[in-house]
Amino acid sequence: MFKKLAIGAAFALALAPVGSHAAGGGEQHIEDFQFSFEGPFGTYDQNQLQRGLQVYTEVCAACHGLKYVPLRTLGDEGGIGWTGDQVRAYASETFTVYDPELEDDRPAIPTDHFPANTAAGAPDLSMMAKARAGFHGPYGLGINQLFKGIGGAEYIASLLTGYTGHEKEEAGSILYENTAFPGGWISMAPPLSDEQVEFADGHANDLHHMAADVSAFLMWAAEPKMMARKQAGLVGVIFLTILASMLYLTNKRLWAPHKGKKH
Amino acid sequence: MAGIPHDHYEPKTGAEKWLNSRLPIVGLIYDTIMIPTPKNLNWWWIWGIVLAFCLALQIVTGIVLVMHYTPHVDMAFASVEHIMRNVNGGYMLRYLHANGASLFFVAVYIHIFRGLFYGSYKAPREITWIVGMLIYLCMMGTAFMGYVLPWGQMSFWGATVITGLFGAIPFVGEAIQTWLLGGPAVDNATLNRFFSLHYLLPFVIAALVIVHIWAFHTTGNNNPTGVEVRRGSKAEAEKDTLPFWPYFVIKDLVGLAIVLVIFWAIVGFMPNYLGHPDNYIEANALVTPAHIVPEWYFLPFYAILRAFTSEVWVVQIASFVTGGIIDAKFFGVLAMFGAILAMALAPWLDTSSVRSGKYRPMFKWWFYLLIIDFFALMWLGAMPAEEPYASFSLIASAYWFGYFFVILPILGVIEKPLPQPATIEEDFNAHYGTASDATPAE
Repeated sequence: MFKKLAIGAAFALALAPVGSHAAGGGEQHIEDFQFSFEGPFGTYDQNQLQRGLQVYTEVCAACHGLKYVPLRTLGDEGGIGWTGDQVRAYASETFTVYDPELEDDRPAIPTDHFPANTAAGAPDLSMMAKARAGFHGPYGLGINQLFKGIGGAEYIASLLTGYTGHEKEEAGSILYENTAFPGGWISMAPPLSDEQVEFADGHANDLHHMAADVSAFLMWAAEPKMMARKQAGLVGVIFLTILASMLYLTNKRLWAPHKGKKH
Repeated sequence: MAGIPHDHYEPKTGAEKWLNSRLPIVGLIYDTIMIPTPKNLNWWWIWGIVLAFCLALQIVTGIVLVMHYTPHVDMAFASVEHIMRNVNGGYMLRYLHANGASLFFVAVYIHIFRGLFYGSYKAPREITWIVGMLIYLCMMGTAFMGYVLPWGQMSFWGATVITGLFGAIPFVGEAIQTWLLGGPAVDNATLNRFFSLHYLLPFVIAALVIVHIWAFHTTGNNNPTGVEVRRGSKAEAEKDTLPFWPYFVIKDLVGLAIVLVIFWAIVGFMPNYLGHPDNYIEANALVTPAHIVPEWYFLPFYAILRAFTSEVWVVQIASFVTGGIIDAKFFGVLAMFGAILAMALAPWLDTSSVRSGKYRPMFKWWFYLLIIDFFALMWLGAMPAEEPYASFSLIASAYWFGYFFVILPILGVIEKPLPQPATIEEDFNAHYGTASDATPAE
């Protein structure tokens, strides 16, 4: 009976995610990048997040914003992990914000958010890594997400590396062919190219590496508490497993006399 | 409480007598938790406790979330991100609440199908069943309105599509839809009333849960054999039952703890698995998502809603007979609510004198097919409205109605049931091989 129950519950949960069937053109190709934060024990790679932030700052921020992300969270544990001084320096040197009290622009401080930016209709990237699913299969059931994750970061990295070089003009604007984008044609010009960003530690800066780095950073921006969450998940699962075992033994002993067994 | 004979609370000390003559609350609690429960209940009977836990979890996490949430179209989405990023433990509260809804529905579906298999809906438990269906309806309303509150793309467009169903009602539909929305379209007024009702309905559910428990404490629990507890005397009843506390409380807690291990793993490791990515995009009335898909727990009924297109002959006949009043859209709405009504009517559609599916050789297979049908509908509800899914949806929907309106009534007449145990005690002893050292039944 117990086994039946467990199978039943697993079956119900396995079939449940059909709701995550998502948008997408037919021949979307999402490459399964290997990220350090995948799986129940995956963690952010601090160095990668810092490189990703640099790519974001030097490239993406020209058109995109991160309006839901407070700058102070760059100093949070389980993320970029900067010191207070580093955060203050980055904020004031990188961004200016409009201050309604001063009625003027001023350098950003850590309590400000990353500025909103919708230049040329670019979407905000705060939650982009959670707002796109990379994987939907098989048959739209989304079960592969159990093994691969939802794939938001993979989607972004695939998009950045998915340009074929073809372009076309449609209704007065230029569209670029992209193998990851639903429908295959995107209005964003290829934003990244080999060696565009120079990392201080001399880390590889080909397109593929930079795309992975900035995608990891955007995953952090979307889910800054991921490491704390997984930690709580692990502790909770261990605790509840112990609780379940103890209750199981209690129950066994409680019922034994009625089931004609000696205890 | 009436029903199975058992010991009642007797106030002993002076203070107990003083309280009992003024408010017999201790006696009420005693009778409720000491209720004689059939001792052969199997593990499918744990889901009631899981459901009670879900209701408590949703209310507690919900109340705290409300302290940080802002129900306004310009601020709702940002306030949810505020909860995720700035509120202490806020991300955990929100993920518990969002995934708690899914656990709630997993539990309610297993609970419902358990009732359908073991004939828990049959006399004298029809009221328990009907109240249960009302709880399920309230749950759907609450879940739907709760999903609108984060004000993401799927919130907005889900609300637009579902309230649009009411617009399909002939003559008065549009007026009803406007009244529900508080305006011509989903907007701030809609968000505010959904917020208000999302807070109210769980307490309605809590009240209905009390009635649900009251009803089955009056009739006594059903059990896997469907054979009633003997109630000739207390001694007789005690051979078939054990008190709810501690035997079933501890057993249910074992089940709950195991379920929570899985639940906690989902919340901790993959909290967005059951959600839709589009809901991390703020609601935008000008951009329609490529596919508007409801949450997984609505999909079976969503599939039934969409199955009845204007090309289906039943719809064409309905439209012809009513002079076009029942069009395809309204037919779909009727079918969707009809699918739930069919479940509610099960006590009167099932003609079999045998309660439990265990002793119904033909019923069993039709029931298993219904389970497959339910999952098939769930999958089809997430597929685009095109062939071959449309035809599959129609077949699957037809089986859903066929099961309740054709198969259940006919089976009771043509089926030859297997022999049932005379008593619960006999079943229990046979299962545990304790027959020899226990008093024989009869």
